[in-house]
Amino acid sequence: MELWFTERHTPNVKFSIKVDHQLYSGNSEFQRIDVFDSKEFGRFLTLDGYMMLTEKDEFIYHEMITHVPMAVHPDPKNILVIGAGDGGVVRELTRYSSVESIDLVEIDELVVEVSRKFLPTTSCRLDDERVRIYYEDGVKFIRRCENKYDIIIVDSTDPFGPGEGLFTKEFYGSCFKALREDGIMVNQHESPFYPEDAAAMQRSHKRIVESFPISRVYQAHIPTYPSGHWLFGFASKKYHPVRDYEPTKWSMLGMKTRYYNTQLHCGAFALPNYVEEMLKDVE
Amino acid sequence: MTELSQVNAPIYEALRRFRRMRVVPFDVPGHKRGRGNMELTEFLGEDCMNVDVNSMKPLDNLCHPVSVIKDAEMLAAQAFGAFNAFFMVGGTTSAVQSMIMYACKEGDKIIMPRNVHRSAINALILTGAVPVYVNPDVNKQLGISLGMSVSQVEQAIRDNPDAKAIMVNNPTYYGICSDLRRISELAHAHGMLVLADEAHGTHFYFGECFPVTAMAAGADIASVSMHKSGGSLTQSSFLLMGSKVNADYMRQVINLTQTTSASYLLLSSLDISRKRLALSGREIFAQTVEMAEYARSEINDIGGYYAYSRELINGDSIFDFDVSKLSVFTLPVGLAGIEVYDLLRDEYDIQIEFGDIGNILAYISVGDRKRDIERLISALSEIKRRFGRNGADMLSHEYISPVVTETPRKAFYSDKVSVPLKESAGRVCTEFVMCYPPGIPILAPGELITQEIIEYIMYAKEKGCQMTGTEDINIERLNVQV
Repeated sequence: MELWFTERHTPNVKFSIKVDHQLYSGNSEFQRIDVFDSKEFGRFLTLDGYMMLTEKDEFIYHEMITHVPMAVHPDPKNILVIGAGDGGVVRELTRYSSVESIDLVEIDELVVEVSRKFLPTTSCRLDDERVRIYYEDGVKFIRRCENKYDIIIVDSTDPFGPGEGLFTKEFYGSCFKALREDGIMVNQHESPFYPEDAAAMQRSHKRIVESFPISRVYQAHIPTYPSGHWLFGFASKKYHPVRDYEPTKWSMLGMKTRYYNTQLHCGAFALPNYVEEMLKDVE
Repeated sequence: MTELSQVNAPIYEALRRFRRMRVVPFDVPGHKRGRGNMELTEFLGEDCMNVDVNSMKPLDNLCHPVSVIKDAEMLAAQAFGAFNAFFMVGGTTSAVQSMIMYACKEGDKIIMPRNVHRSAINALILTGAVPVYVNPDVNKQLGISLGMSVSQVEQAIRDNPDAKAIMVNNPTYYGICSDLRRISELAHAHGMLVLADEAHGTHFYFGECFPVTAMAAGADIASVSMHKSGGSLTQSSFLLMGSKVNADYMRQVINLTQTTSASYLLLSSLDISRKRLALSGREIFAQTVEMAEYARSEINDIGGYYAYSRELINGDSIFDFDVSKLSVFTLPVGLAGIEVYDLLRDEYDIQIEFGDIGNILAYISVGDRKRDIERLISALSEIKRRFGRNGADMLSHEYISPVVTETPRKAFYSDKVSVPLKESAGRVCTEFVMCYPPGIPILAPGELITQEIIEYIMYAKEKGCQMTGTEDINIERLNVQV
């Protein structure tokens, strides 16, 4: 018997992982949630059939979306995480003792429940006493926040489905308002490779550029995402991600990471020419 | 034959049967089930092209219905609590015109509020009927026209006992209703017909918390935009009739201007949508209202904006309010409604129904999703933060009482000359000037142009309102009587 999980990366490209067995399948008010186990990637979580994370490569995504802004901001205390019900971002954040509060806003309570049960690798720190979980639409939550956070991490799904509001200009504008005067917003920025993903990437970049004075993009290699070439957005009111970065300060923390390091931090902001061009087109 | 009920959709069912018959078409339309126009077929879909067919025996004929269309119209009448119902394929415009042409001949008077849709005044040009305008009350703060007060209607009836009909908006574009029951009683006591423009009131027939429907209030004829809140395709509507209306004569009136090639896409959409509303309209509109109420309370929490509702009710010119409408007063954030309307589209990719000088209206329906409502609210909050100004020196008052010097028909067909807008004061206009939407005329044919009106038109243009109606596409010149 062979059981395969397949996701269409484009109408003409498929990506498949051989499934050992399925651990969970269920529908929430918002989406279908599945957890599988596999020989190659360990457990993996999909929402509406789209890959969210695998145990094998989630560290890349979570380290890169978390440590880059945390290493640039000189004193991040109050953090807001939107999406990220799997707990991966929270896990990385709780490693900083300087952090005082982590507000996690996840629209789908069932994602958190399922992650707690089947994905301990990422959900392990959701019970940290600094973490408060709010189950509501991030667009709504942030509307009421003003001058409140040092860092906002937008760990969204895709620009269609329940997460589509997290790619809109009204949302980025609300994030700007919710950040303190030296705040930083980092977001999942889609991929530049396949045309549809690239169009979404350009659209959100345009909207962020219009909302923040500093807006840069950095990359990482994530094998289970379409094309593997993935981007993150770094939007900031004051700090430049490379010029205002003090690598020694971060190194002094003595944090052990598997993907992120101080040289890679700077290198990640050096983008291929075709990506630079796409970004310039909308700046 | 089994008895028909609301679970049936006779036209839809006939089309499905017809499709299975695989009839070879040597009739119009010439695209022949789409095969003759593949690009269009790829765009609209084969299923759609397959039912774009002509009237024929198995499918009945809208001009003279005897089978499935007749059945479907009977079911629609039942669903809406009407004595008769007709399917209309020329928009609610054609329904409004038909009911006026039914009620009035040349020279007959008809009492109507001035804030009617242009289709009503168009009908006056066609028939030569004479309008007796009741100036609607105005809410000075919001700058919107309200309903007609009963005392003003009474006065109009006393002054014009020979009028043939009274027309009532139920509701206005903004969701405001007059006391339709009382007005109907008054009209009937004086032998006048009551015509209701229910372009924005389809859902009243299927909900607990809505204002009274025209049919329940005793009105004689109602024009209902099924394609607005009812979910059918654009351009499809119902004409509803009470027991005193001669439906066969009405059909003749409709056939004066209605196409003889009625689209089965439109007809089936009316049929299916009627079935849907009859079976589950109450739940559908309960959800719609819940979303509108939620949006209203969140928008009012932003501050500055005023999303108004039933608190406006005053027992007369605001006899009732349609809570499914999301109308928002924007001037306190220092922005004209039309500016907010443009910002929503240009900055946030959100298209709303309309913006006028002081208000915006977002159309909420069962097709909306909670997350889109959140986007709309957040975008309004962001617009206030990014673009809000001091609200002083905004022109708010919208309604200008018209001075009618000529019937619309005489003015429209009179000898005319084109003059620059700025030099037109004191002349009699022979054409319409309106912002679209909502399509309520600022000037109608036969009305005197005043300085106040010119200033209003220029202000609306400057704020970016989409102005329509004049021969001069740029609205820099107006046609006036020689």
